Amino acid sequence: MLDIQNLNVVFGTGRLRVEAVKNVSFHVEQGAAYGLVGESGSGKSTVLRAICGLAPITSGRVSVDGNAVTTPRGKAFYRTVQMVFQDPYASLHPRHTVDRTLSEPLAIHGEKDAEARILQALKEVGLGPSFRFRYPHQLSGGQRQRIAIARALILRPKVLLLDEPTSALDASVQAEILNLLDDLRRRLGLTYILVSHDLAVVAHLCERLLVMQHGEAVEETTAAALRSGAASNDYTQSLIQASQGFTRVAPQPAQAPAA
Amino acid sequence: MTKPLLDVEDLRVRFHLRTGTVEAVRGVSFQLGRERLGIVGESGSGKSQTGRAILGLTPPPGEVTAKRLAFDGIDLQTASKKTLRTLRGGRISMVMQDPKYSLNPVMTIGDQIIEAYRAHARARKAEARDRALAMLEAVKMRDPGRVFSLYPHEVSGGMGQRAMIAMMLVTDPDLLIADEPTSALDVTVSMEVLRILDELVSERGMGLIFISHDLKLVSSFCDRVLVMYAGRVVEELEAKNLREAQHPYTQGLMRCLPTLANDVRPLPTLNRDPAWAL
Repeated sequence: MLDIQNLNVVFGTGRLRVEAVKNVSFHVEQGAAYGLVGESGSGKSTVLRAICGLAPITSGRVSVDGNAVTTPRGKAFYRTVQMVFQDPYASLHPRHTVDRTLSEPLAIHGEKDAEARILQALKEVGLGPSFRFRYPHQLSGGQRQRIAIARALILRPKVLLLDEPTSALDASVQAEILNLLDDLRRRLGLTYILVSHDLAVVAHLCERLLVMQHGEAVEETTAAALRSGAASNDYTQSLIQASQGFTRVAPQPAQAPAA
Repeated sequence: MTKPLLDVEDLRVRFHLRTGTVEAVRGVSFQLGRERLGIVGESGSGKSQTGRAILGLTPPPGEVTAKRLAFDGIDLQTASKKTLRTLRGGRISMVMQDPKYSLNPVMTIGDQIIEAYRAHARARKAEARDRALAMLEAVKMRDPGRVFSLYPHEVSGGMGQRAMIAMMLVTDPDLLIADEPTSALDVTVSMEVLRILDELVSERGMGLIFISHDLKLVSSFCDRVLVMYAGRVVEELEAKNLREAQHPYTQGLMRCLPTLANDVRPLPTLNRDPAWAL
């Protein structure tokens, strides 16, 4: 479904040149969920942004459904690939009602039957028609994220790019959104690419994942391997450790790991 | 137990709004010795307002009342402004969530630490400078001299948070309130910051109030945990007994987290019982 070969993303030139993503390759099957894990600055979000055209592809190949993407992306691309952003407080227009937010993609793509599609989309994300004419400030964080997911799904895309979809949410709300995403994938046969710094979230939603550090792919592994604690790479191992919570008895770690 | 360091009884924080009165904290009571106390809750549970009310940092329209609010025998409600000024930053310090917003962007890190120190101790500039450098070293900055002359935007989040901890501990406080000190940081970096905090707190015998939304983290870091819901403490327990939590809210919070250890699907969600908020 999605194939990425030797992707490089470089920002700036000369002294300000930053190689945000270096030679990253991976392949995602139709209907699969693929995770990208790493700390901030590891380039995981940049990979996602490069796929959907928000960051430049300096070199390498990104193909969706067998076709290499064009820059700028065409309408057909956005019918196939949609993105959900991290912060539902920042990614919805504060002065647009839910109805207007959801009707915009339909208008851009010249879809008819907006009324029914909007109600359908709201239903899919577990919100009733009563939410249709609300403004974002009248919604809770979890409800906003549901609207963001509805907006992404309203064009019936095949691939959903999820950039930390739950990290701005409370634990109990996170569980609801994760269940919703799990359920939608099964019902609509979606393909996910999920970016997160939380190993447990990635292992919950994805079958395979790529661990990234400093813009490079460190290790590709499976959720099952992660659960059994089998990681060949030191960095992955340290992420697993850190996700277990604070350990007091741990032997003093070697001075200052590379920053 | 000897005389507690901090004694809070029936603490309430109210905000009078156009739409009515919102009670953010509704009758919180606890005592703190020289130990690590965690306060956990979801957004809006009143955990941060509790921490702020202790320091008298409730934003203006807010109103704080308490039957007793005493720090080391000093009544914080009736204390003069002058006494409060010596306490705040001197004997009680607070580490805020995001170093990006809570450090002064137009002052070097070193100058900020010196400022904090000289606000509370009579010290010559050179002496304060030595203290600041020693403090930066204590929080494991690799090159204290360099960090000293950097501005906050020139350091990473983890370094910024460590600088903040240095600034808060330079006055040798008796009580440190840490409000989500690591939620703006990466997992591995936050473990490093916590380790430093842990070392300093146990070395100096300080009391610590650790406010966080992360139940797992708090229970692994603190001795005792208060679980807050809708402005109330619904449960107080020893951190090591977290698994035996009695309250359905605490149990629900524990269960709804995905874990690496077991694969539960769908994740159990939290059914909020309106009775919890009563």
